[in-house]
Amino acid sequence: MLWPLGLALLLVFVLSLFIGRYPGPGFTPPQLLWEDELARRLVFSLRLPRLLAATLLGMTLAGAGTVLQTVFRNPLVEPGFLGVSQGAAFGAALAILTLEGGAPPLATEAIASVFALLGLALSYALARRLHFGGWVLRLVLAGIAVSALFSSGVGVLKYLADPLTQLPEITFWLLGGLSSLTWSGLLYLLPFVIPGLTLMLLMRWRLNLLALHDETAFSLGSSPGRERALVLVGAVAATAAVTAVSGIVGWVGLVVPHLARRAYGADGRVAVPASLLIGGIFALLCDDLARTLLAGEIPLGILTSFLGALGFALLMTRARLRVTA
Amino acid sequence: MSASPAFSLRGLRFGYGAEGPEVLRDLSLDIPAGTTTAVLGPNGCGKTTLLHLLLGWLAPREGEVLIDGRPQAEIPRRERGRLMALVPQAEYVPFDFSVLEYVLMGRTPYVGVLEMPSEEDRAVAFESLESLGLAHLWRRPVPELSGGERQMVTLARALAQRTPILLLDEPTAHLDLGNKGRLLDALAGLAGRGTTVVLTTHDPETASLAARHLVLMQDGRVLDSGPLEEVLVADRLSLTYGVPVRVVEIEGRRVVLLGRGWPG
Repeated sequence: MLWPLGLALLLVFVLSLFIGRYPGPGFTPPQLLWEDELARRLVFSLRLPRLLAATLLGMTLAGAGTVLQTVFRNPLVEPGFLGVSQGAAFGAALAILTLEGGAPPLATEAIASVFALLGLALSYALARRLHFGGWVLRLVLAGIAVSALFSSGVGVLKYLADPLTQLPEITFWLLGGLSSLTWSGLLYLLPFVIPGLTLMLLMRWRLNLLALHDETAFSLGSSPGRERALVLVGAVAATAAVTAVSGIVGWVGLVVPHLARRAYGADGRVAVPASLLIGGIFALLCDDLARTLLAGEIPLGILTSFLGALGFALLMTRARLRVTA
Repeated sequence: MSASPAFSLRGLRFGYGAEGPEVLRDLSLDIPAGTTTAVLGPNGCGKTTLLHLLLGWLAPREGEVLIDGRPQAEIPRRERGRLMALVPQAEYVPFDFSVLEYVLMGRTPYVGVLEMPSEEDRAVAFESLESLGLAHLWRRPVPELSGGERQMVTLARALAQRTPILLLDEPTAHLDLGNKGRLLDALAGLAGRGTTVVLTTHDPETASLAARHLVLMQDGRVLDSGPLEEVLVADRLSLTYGVPVRVVEIEGRRVVLLGRGWPG
């Protein structure tokens, strides 16, 4: 039964259109759309693309989290833990720094995707070679190490950046936010995000199979290696594209798939769409808070991390989580 | 026993990795169709490796595996899933799939990569559970099942593949007497309906109970293979396991006893 979630997403989306700090803190009355030209432009030119981007961002991160957890048979991973987000951040920062006169969005996203995939590949390769702990733990440790490598790389790029123009841009962008997003920014997201989400949805039953041992998946007439690579590339490219636009938005990909599985079961046929819908709702709510809580904008990544980490701690302590390390 | 063998292995050599030591050496073997074959041998003699070579999951360094006279490597992956099913040894399932969802995965060879299983697939999965008397478990999460239940549910998943060949890796290794009896009953039923069953075991009793045809392995080699009555004999088993054993017949069944004679 996914329709209540879909309805909830729709409701949150429409409500969010009228949440903000114009004309006063809190709420924009809908009738202003007919009376006030500024309100109309605010809602349709700024809030609407931004909310669409927030929805896609939440869906992408939650979906990628589900894919990574399933494919790596590890319920404790998300894009931010496997070098994907930091790789994407490094790639995007590199694009901001090296492409003169403002990096074209598609190029930034493409470079971010390449480094995100590199981050994932490095994490995986390192986890295979670590001589400590079980698979679940090794993958998390390898991901932490690779993420730290890319973070220090971003540090170097910030040091090299022009302190007046590039440095503030990189810094604010890294904190995570959608404040500067316009219709054209949204359009540039679509070539990466739509194929990624479509692939996740189409392969949602196949993901179950990829959670089994390789030889079992093989005996069931599949090519586990090729199918894993396909869905991973889709998920990682979409994640890299949203990261290139919004900066690092953490914890969505960890906590939302857990919520979805807890509520709807492990079967990807429901867990994947549920995860996408919950991810969209979560990102919209966080973005609402980001826009309204303070007079200045709170970076989105700070809010998702705060709420996501809190939610994860609650989930982990309240209910049993089966992890065999 | 039907005329043409289900599997023919010719001059098989295998080792893990490019440089790894040889696990199987110059192995040639026929496995008959439509009956149960047990691959018996001590731990670490290469039984699981042999099973994975039959499946095609591992490729030999030399030699070839023929299935019904066709080279293993030429069978497309989807067709392979409709030809052979595998019951692996103790599979770890990281997520709370329900029993029915898990058994439904057995329909994978009949469902495209981007497709969902149909109502008919669901019905087949449920039938497989029913045929093993497991229908009451269908909503239970797989990780919560007991070892015996899980082994039977994995068998149900393999049955949902509807394959003429069934491969089982140490199917009775972790089962108590009751579960072992139920599993062997189920296998006997399958072989009675013409399924080719190949199972590995380190336990001569399981082999004697389950199989009509026996392959004795030791240290990557086939020591002997043939009908159970000819192969399950004391001197061969003593050689295989490196300890003296006796084979006696009780109620028409061969039972393997450890030791040369009576105590004292």
